[in-house]
Amino acid sequence: MNRSKIIEDVVASQVKPEGTMPQLKVGDTLDVHYKIIEGDKERVQIFQGVLIAQKGRGINKMITVRRIVANEGVERIFPLNSPRVEKVDVLRRAEVRRAKLYYLRDRQGKSRRLREDREGSKAKA
Amino acid sequence: MPAIIGKKIGMTRYFTADGKNIPVTVIQAGPCVVTQVKTSETDGYAAVQLGFEELAARNSSMPVIGHDAKAGSDPLRVHREVRCASDDEAKGFELGQRIDASCLDGIKFVDVVGTSKGKGFTGTMVRWNFKGLCASHGTERKHRSPGSIGSHGTDRGHGAKIKKGKKMAGHLGDERVTVRCLDVVSIDADKNIILVKGAVPGASNGYLFIRASNRLYKRKARIQAGK
Repeated sequence: MNRSKIIEDVVASQVKPEGTMPQLKVGDTLDVHYKIIEGDKERVQIFQGVLIAQKGRGINKMITVRRIVANEGVERIFPLNSPRVEKVDVLRRAEVRRAKLYYLRDRQGKSRRLREDREGSKAKA
Repeated sequence: MPAIIGKKIGMTRYFTADGKNIPVTVIQAGPCVVTQVKTSETDGYAAVQLGFEELAARNSSMPVIGHDAKAGSDPLRVHREVRCASDDEAKGFELGQRIDASCLDGIKFVDVVGTSKGKGFTGTMVRWNFKGLCASHGTERKHRSPGSIGSHGTDRGHGAKIKKGKKMAGHLGDERVTVRCLDVVSIDADKNIILVKGAVPGASNGYLFIRASNRLYKRKARIQAGK
């Protein structure tokens, strides 16, 4: 058995099974429900923003979510398979033409918006 | 004598139940075969020799084939010896006995011995962390040079030669390296896979020797004592 297969098997139980997470696409507006441990208490924080980059596969899958807080851009990178990521909701889909939306970092005001993908037509085609 | 020979598979990440993300190295540990039992009567000391990874006889040599055949095994690629505290402990093992990853069960910290990646001929800045010479102030073509290596003529304990062990450019890496006290994250005795926290020496597919730590760092000794 080759090495990458062995590693996959080792962490297979940690990768969240298909179907528990929605199919994510760059440009989606997401609610990431993230568990936070404060002392001995645990609560869920919701981070809402635009998915601007996805990288990694299997257990290494990471998503970068960008939002604007008090006129300041904030980006968080979540390991999707972490048990701390409780749930991800897709609120809106957008029609985008890039795999990484880093150009949003330079945008201000209205030009920051993405065109909504109403039909999901691009996704199907 | 919890020890085993293994092979580095590669690295990945491991999430604990509370969401901690641990970098782990995946090691194929065993199965090993006891290829020789040494006692003070026969060899002057007590030890057990383990062999790992069978290989085709045509890729082996006659001495190895004969040696491993005594243990009733195919020729093995790697052999390592583990010292035993007493003859009785060594006699507890018999030739041909299989040893798998479960021999590390219940062990929290291990030392991993491997062969580091060869870096070839390197300068003093890479090999010994020298700072090199000035970038400016009139330095010409000497920015990465080691500087003076001491006088040949002075008699400060070294006479008319450069001091022995003087740090100079040369071959780096491809040598035996031990990392001590790595946390054992999980042991899968069925598949002979163990996960240890952090990196181990050498490239993937390199051979490793894994043994229970007998000398712990202070913080880990406290964890061990508090269990």
